[in-house]
Amino acid sequence: MSAVTTQAGPKPDASGPSAGRPAGGSALRHMLAGNGMVTVLAIVLSLVISAVLIILTDEEVLEALGYFFARPQDTLVAAWEAVAAAYAALFRGAVFNYQAEDFTGMIYPFMESLTLSTPLIIISLGIAISFRSGLFNIGGQGQMIFGAMFATFFGVHLQLPFGVHLLLVVIMGILGGALWGSIVGILKAATGAHEVILTIMLNYIAVYLVAYLLQTPVLQREGSTNPVSDFLEPTAVFPPLLGDSFRLHWGFVVAILTTVFAWWLIQRSTIGFQLRAVGANPAAARTAGVSVKRMYVVAMVISGGLAGLAGVSQVSGTEKVLNTDVAGSFGFDAITVALLGRSNPVGVFFAGLLFGALRAGGVTMQTETGVPIDIVLIIQSLIVLFIAAPPLVRTIFRLPAPSALEARTAADPVTQPALAGAAAATTTTAGGTAPAAESAVVGDAVGVAAGDAASPPSPAETASPAETASPAEAAPAGARRDTPDAGPPPGGRGTASPTQDTTGEEGEQR
Amino acid sequence: MSTTVTVPSGSGASPAAGPAPQPQREIVRHWATPITFAVLTVISLLVFALGASGESATFRISTEADAVQIPDIVAPTVPVGWIITLLLAALTVWGLLSVRRRGTVPGWGSAAFAVLFVAGFLVWVVGAADTTTVFLTGLIAGAFVLAVPLIFGSMAGVLSERAGVVNIAIEGQLLAGAFTAAVTGSVTGSVWAGLLAAVVAGALVSALLAVFSIRYLVNQVIVGVVLNVLVAGLTSFLFSTLLSSDSARFNSPPHFESIRIPVLADIPVIGPILFDQTVLGYGMYLIVAALYVGLFRTRWGLRVRAVGEHPKAADTVGINVLRTRYVNVLLAGAIAGMGGAFFTLVNSSSFSKEMTAGQGFIALAAVIFGRWNPIGAFFAALLFGFATNMQYVLAILGTPVPSQFMAMLPYLVTILVVAGLVGRSRGPAAAGTPYVKE
Repeated sequence: MSAVTTQAGPKPDASGPSAGRPAGGSALRHMLAGNGMVTVLAIVLSLVISAVLIILTDEEVLEALGYFFARPQDTLVAAWEAVAAAYAALFRGAVFNYQAEDFTGMIYPFMESLTLSTPLIIISLGIAISFRSGLFNIGGQGQMIFGAMFATFFGVHLQLPFGVHLLLVVIMGILGGALWGSIVGILKAATGAHEVILTIMLNYIAVYLVAYLLQTPVLQREGSTNPVSDFLEPTAVFPPLLGDSFRLHWGFVVAILTTVFAWWLIQRSTIGFQLRAVGANPAAARTAGVSVKRMYVVAMVISGGLAGLAGVSQVSGTEKVLNTDVAGSFGFDAITVALLGRSNPVGVFFAGLLFGALRAGGVTMQTETGVPIDIVLIIQSLIVLFIAAPPLVRTIFRLPAPSALEARTAADPVTQPALAGAAAATTTTAGGTAPAAESAVVGDAVGVAAGDAASPPSPAETASPAETASPAEAAPAGARRDTPDAGPPPGGRGTASPTQDTTGEEGEQR
Repeated sequence: MSTTVTVPSGSGASPAAGPAPQPQREIVRHWATPITFAVLTVISLLVFALGASGESATFRISTEADAVQIPDIVAPTVPVGWIITLLLAALTVWGLLSVRRRGTVPGWGSAAFAVLFVAGFLVWVVGAADTTTVFLTGLIAGAFVLAVPLIFGSMAGVLSERAGVVNIAIEGQLLAGAFTAAVTGSVTGSVWAGLLAAVVAGALVSALLAVFSIRYLVNQVIVGVVLNVLVAGLTSFLFSTLLSSDSARFNSPPHFESIRIPVLADIPVIGPILFDQTVLGYGMYLIVAALYVGLFRTRWGLRVRAVGEHPKAADTVGINVLRTRYVNVLLAGAIAGMGGAFFTLVNSSSFSKEMTAGQGFIALAAVIFGRWNPIGAFFAALLFGFATNMQYVLAILGTPVPSQFMAMLPYLVTILVVAGLVGRSRGPAAAGTPYVKE
């Protein structure tokens, strides 16, 4: 897990928050107060709460509870056994089956976890990119369905040599998802419609559309009355990665490559810089010459395209057919994955692995111990709730609070826009930025955004390492830092001044 | 899609007092609405007028048992299609002119357009069906029944967003209400206990929303989305473990009986809708009225709206911003919880997994369609209820439109509405922004 938790994967070296600090007690305190600790504890806390749920609904526990005062130890033993059995099954189904007879059986669960993570990672990367652009793309499900539909159509009806066919299917899947995503971007840019509503509605439309097309010759298997497509041609399918005994396919390699691509896109490319600028402060980005509307469309096209690619990895990797349930709950899982990974590609990759493992283990847990797989949903959402509110976790475990500067620089701009100091909450109202806020912001934003824009693609590297936070966050954070009020001096992008720290501290304490 | 023209005028007075957002010194012309009008008019021309089946659509209003008999409405599809298309075209021209003149299309114009379009669609689709007769009263009454949870949900959205907290968790509040109402109702055998439990459950979900978004400043959209997942997971988990193991004990709730008000319920069409309802149905009308009056005619409402529009100013004059937000969000959850109770205590016999099926999100769309106004949201929710019911009715009639497309209808309507048919809809300015006192 540590890879998830270390802020900003691109620079795993010492330039994180701990750079240049004295060792010893302070370092320990720093570690306890950091984001990594919060993430680990959030996971632990979620597992504990879920364990309580398992205990409270276990039949043997309830039975033993009936004579609790006569023999309390029975209840405790039953409770322990229920939880131990469930979590052991979860582990066996997700990581390593120590009860299996041969090596293949032992590592099969882990391969299954990787298989389930593959689409999850890809779609979550797309969601993360939209988050970084300040857009809440809840429509991963619909975009994934579209990708899968396009991929299936070209994978079933065409006869092409291997390689060419697979490539075409992948490209078409990406196009399909991008098309569905672009509708959101275009409508938002043109009419100011709220993307949360749009994406949710488009999800339902995609669900019904695929259900319809699977009853027409366009997609339905010939001679079948069920809403299932034909098997994709062998030339349009990802080959297995580690032999035929596992379902793991080359889509996983695609997921790794996509992670690298997303990292490059967000952290190193000009488009990524513009996307982040729009996400951090649309008014400032506009002033600096970024076309905010264009960026909304670009963000949704990329985000939808990746969701479409996730659809491809399902139909031409894991399932090899299209059915109405192709997207399952991936769309919503992806939101939690992107949040757990703090919208950071490397973080998202490992968060996707974790949730994919939970899914795989959940199946085993349900079949072996009867604990419904829905518990995985509970664990996921609790983890995200807790990591979104670090002060809550710190209070529960009585951890020291970080300094104000650390709190603010470590705050996730997606889940914690107020703590991170984001100015305009544009995405929440249908009408875009509020006029009053806009005019107040523009003044100081000019200096900020212009200063940043002068040194893309990685402005943070020029900043002083001791005071600025993780390099990944520095540029948007710099833009945000100066905007909540008309107070701070214009043009000040560099290090944070002590006076500004107090706002962060108050935010933390309130 | 919108152009801005600065006009020196002093019409931007008293933005806090009026219920509608005031234009501020410049006319921003929003062409999206008339463009949507134009597109829909073309659709009407192609489908309703040129694509008419030539049959006549018959709408029955009275059953033979009714005290007052009203003759059936027989609408020949071809002339009706043409008349409606012409009317829509006229409204489109009028919409273009009014955008030129004053920047927007008035809300009633959009409403009239929507009603005409729906009427045109109805005549066309019934005329093209295998059975060209439909029981109109039943269609409308069914729409009201389907709209009840939507209306409760949208009231929750209005109340919460007016105080500046975006409520994406309506879905979760409905689901939590439905679940606890079923369980409590079954265990205690009392509908009232079930309703009370639903209210508490909705408020509990709201409490989480409030604590995370107000106390811990977490992004409100994210808390809402995650809470929906959490409630869906919790209720499904408990359903699979407790409820399905002993459904007679945990999942067979009692039901509210409908209370028929003698004479009034015999009024054709509106009688059964207004005067033959369950307690929840009557309560719904009360809540809509109370919220409208409360928000726009009382001191409390003025304060709530001030907190939602400009919390800093509200704080400056001594309004406790955070407390107002907590109270409103909790109230909103309680109202949505009642809507959830409707699922299990009125509409269906028992709780089933994820039975709210996205209604919370449609309620959210109704909030926006209704421009954050209880009355507006009420009618928007009705429209969605109508679209959903039409899908069921038309499936029985056997229409040429595949059932999946009918099922898409509410969502398509929502997109049209959010993207332009409503004209400019701007929510409370501070919705979504946490308030941090300085």
